Amino acid sequence: MPTSTQPRDAGNAAGHPFEGTRRKVRAHLTQNEALVFEKSSPGKKAYKMPPLDVPEVDPNTLLGKAARADLGLMPELSEIEIIRHFTRLSTWNYAIDLGMYPLGSCTMKYNPRVNEFVARLEGIAEAHPYQPESLSQGALEVIRLLKSCLLDITGMDAITLQPAAGAHGEFTGILLVRAYHQSKGNPRTKVIIPDSAHGTNPATAAICGYQVENLRSNSLGMVDVAQLERIVTEETAALMLTNPSTIGVFESEIHKIADVLHAKGALLYMDGANMNALVGKTRPGDFGVDVMHLNLHKTFSTPHGGGGPGSGPVAVKKILEPFLPTPVVVEDPPDEHGRRTLRLDYDRPQSVGRVRMFYGNFGMFVRALAYIMANGPDGLRQTTEDAVLNANYIRKNLEDVYELPYRTPTLHEVVFSDRRQTQKGVKTGDIAKRLIDYGFHPYTTSFPLIVPGALMIEPTESESKEELDLFIDAMRQIAREAEENPELVLNAPHATRISRLDEVLAARKPVLRYTRPASEKP
Amino acid sequence: MRYLPKSPGERLEMLKQIGASSIDDLFSTIPQEYRLERDLEVPRQMGESEIVEYFRNAAQKSAAGYTSFLGAGAYRHYRPVVIDSLVQRGEFLTSYTPYQAEITQGTLQAIFEFQTMICELTGMEIANASMYDGSTGAAESVSMAVRITHRSGVLVARTVHPEYREVMQTYAQHQGLAAQPLPYGEDGRLDLAALEQSVNEQTACVLIQSPNFFGVIEDIPAIAEIAHKKGALLIVSIAEAISLGVVRPPAEADIVSMEAQSFGVALSYGGPYCGVIAAKEKYLRQMPGRLVGETVDKEGRRGFVLTLSTREQHIRREKATSNICTNQALVALMATIFLTVYGKEGMRELALHNLAKASYAAQQFSSVGGARLLFANAPRFHEFVLQTSESPQQLNQQLLKQKVIGGLPLDRWYPELGNASLWCTTELNTREQIDHAASLLQHAPEEALTRA
Repeated sequence: MPTSTQPRDAGNAAGHPFEGTRRKVRAHLTQNEALVFEKSSPGKKAYKMPPLDVPEVDPNTLLGKAARADLGLMPELSEIEIIRHFTRLSTWNYAIDLGMYPLGSCTMKYNPRVNEFVARLEGIAEAHPYQPESLSQGALEVIRLLKSCLLDITGMDAITLQPAAGAHGEFTGILLVRAYHQSKGNPRTKVIIPDSAHGTNPATAAICGYQVENLRSNSLGMVDVAQLERIVTEETAALMLTNPSTIGVFESEIHKIADVLHAKGALLYMDGANMNALVGKTRPGDFGVDVMHLNLHKTFSTPHGGGGPGSGPVAVKKILEPFLPTPVVVEDPPDEHGRRTLRLDYDRPQSVGRVRMFYGNFGMFVRALAYIMANGPDGLRQTTEDAVLNANYIRKNLEDVYELPYRTPTLHEVVFSDRRQTQKGVKTGDIAKRLIDYGFHPYTTSFPLIVPGALMIEPTESESKEELDLFIDAMRQIAREAEENPELVLNAPHATRISRLDEVLAARKPVLRYTRPASEKP
Repeated sequence: MRYLPKSPGERLEMLKQIGASSIDDLFSTIPQEYRLERDLEVPRQMGESEIVEYFRNAAQKSAAGYTSFLGAGAYRHYRPVVIDSLVQRGEFLTSYTPYQAEITQGTLQAIFEFQTMICELTGMEIANASMYDGSTGAAESVSMAVRITHRSGVLVARTVHPEYREVMQTYAQHQGLAAQPLPYGEDGRLDLAALEQSVNEQTACVLIQSPNFFGVIEDIPAIAEIAHKKGALLIVSIAEAISLGVVRPPAEADIVSMEAQSFGVALSYGGPYCGVIAAKEKYLRQMPGRLVGETVDKEGRRGFVLTLSTREQHIRREKATSNICTNQALVALMATIFLTVYGKEGMRELALHNLAKASYAAQQFSSVGGARLLFANAPRFHEFVLQTSESPQQLNQQLLKQKVIGGLPLDRWYPELGNASLWCTTELNTREQIDHAASLLQHAPEEALTRA
């Protein structure tokens, strides 16, 4: 049970006086709340079933040995207690709705509320995946329009919306690569992955049956084209590249990279995690990418929801289209009245198969399309420009206090290192935790792996100049604290409900579920 | 653009500070030849009212107002309104994966509660924080069993949801797994004799579904015994989680993969849903996906963290248990709230209503001319297979005229069953709807004759 909840100072308990504007946070009380199981008592209810209008049945008669005797430890609470329980829990979370979320490579942007509203319209929320196609024209039209928008945004030829998340999209994309090579007679054996890549890339290549070949970045943190040329062979299936890279830099030699691969028959896969830097300004399809995934929960504003659901469409060039997962939405030629009908096509003999039941996370398609509509072409371009402007503004205002390992111009994110602060024993993770005390979510720590002690900052377009200035002030203050009073940073956060948790204990003696104390067992 | 919080003046001021003369300076690393010099071909910027109007129109071209008897892996249940009001709180909706435990205790505690309830319902010892859905969860369970047993044979009951089987096949194809289908017997349950013959020392796992795709409940203790005799693991997939309110949990299984859509998650034309894997504790290290564990902070206060991440891709890269990164946190939260609302008594009452409706509907539908109940003697939950004299496609065309969506035709996957269709009733189907459908079924053959 949480006990002490003494409010602690959100700021500099014993540190350097704060310089700049500090009106972001002040400590406030939060409610304690036990687990639902600890709050339950037998006989409380939060539901009322309507009267049963068909004859009652005896489960023992109908199910025999398969009948269940008892449900075990399930909660028993009233409605008001449930509302308070989850509302109290919610107040323990940080969220975009509360402030800036500078998580590099995660693109934590504003999640528009109209997206949520339209996704809940009855004809959309209650649509059954097997309802007749004649009664699904609205849903199929949403899919068709979103596909056409995403195709123009990426400059690709065909797309599947079936993958449930980014990593699932990668899986689908590499399956497509494999099927393509297979159709040429040899699936090939290797996938090349730069050392700056997301962890999902090598994990994906491995589950698709490929050996991972590591590609070291050059001194600018970019693909070493000469080295790439040396290792690409007729056994290379693809290069999985993130562009802009995980240090936020556009691979300006992208056309050479594509040429090197294509000369050996290998394909260029692009991890679209950083697409927020490109929308409306340049298109992967135009710079040589053969297959890529998008993250609707990053670039297209669908909510992260505390870790999901995501959605990871995969866009491809013509050569990969025959292999897309089934089914695909197709439009039949107009009938005699000029009416066009959409339908699901399952007759795809070369398809890699299904990667998910039904058609994907349709609810996320609705939200992404609403976002595109709210922006239009001008809004999407301005969004990209603002995201890049924000990142460069942060870079400019912090580069004198934090080490910038790569000085290459960056787009939507900037990666510093903790090299200066480690001289006082303060590491990126500590700075991140101290940021919490100043009312911000931490940036991404210790990634990409090519930057030791990385601070990876992606502000997105959703931050005002005011919020950015508060962030910059907080980061500069922490740099001073690291210099003058490192203990303050090392023990952060000071203002949260709980302090740093014992992660070693959690992993050594895993407690993954509640069990009733022995004294309370019936 | 209304989502962008900057004035033109602020943009200029920021550019000036950066030392850029125009925004294009910041994009100078993109080679000129690849810059897009035209507007994207997407709908023009729309007002909120126009967006709502567009989706209202789309929503009207749907099955709203129809009576539905569709199930087959996506189930229509009542969703208590508190679910949507709670999950739309920005603190849940717009929060990131809870890697920073100090400021995400809300999500973490809710997932811990979710894991606990899933264990209680399934009879397993551990559960993860959720998977994409039931189909990918089943596929990942198979990979998990292969890692545990170091064997490569996979036996899959034909009564597992056909789309789950397709997904499993997609996952398995490049991992050197040999998947073999297992037939069903006359009662619609897994053919135990065939299982006994097929399972051997190379079998990593037997994958079944219960209630199975025909709505029939499998004999899990018997199947487990046969699988375990040869050292194979038993994976039980559950597509209709409400069944657990009244159906015995698959406690003999080694791994349970469940789709939790029925727990308060909208049908939403097929997603997002919420898979989850539960298992025996000894298989913890091979579990894919995120796990939330209990621990203490420096002052000894209870708190929750994502734990055992050394299994995961961001640490292990190509040696990870899976490439999965996201879970379905918000959907798992919906399920948690749903389970808290219905609770210990409600889950049972709800399941009993489903059982009673299906029992009544099966009786009404099969007592009319031309329709026969298949697998009539096996225990069922709330789905059943009807065999009709007419093709279900033709029959459904008739029913649609009366605003009734009939059962799902099965010929696509089970041609041997002839004119068979899969029907589902939940607590939302009223007696009136069932009686109406029964009378339509009764008259359909006559109408067909008239047409002929």
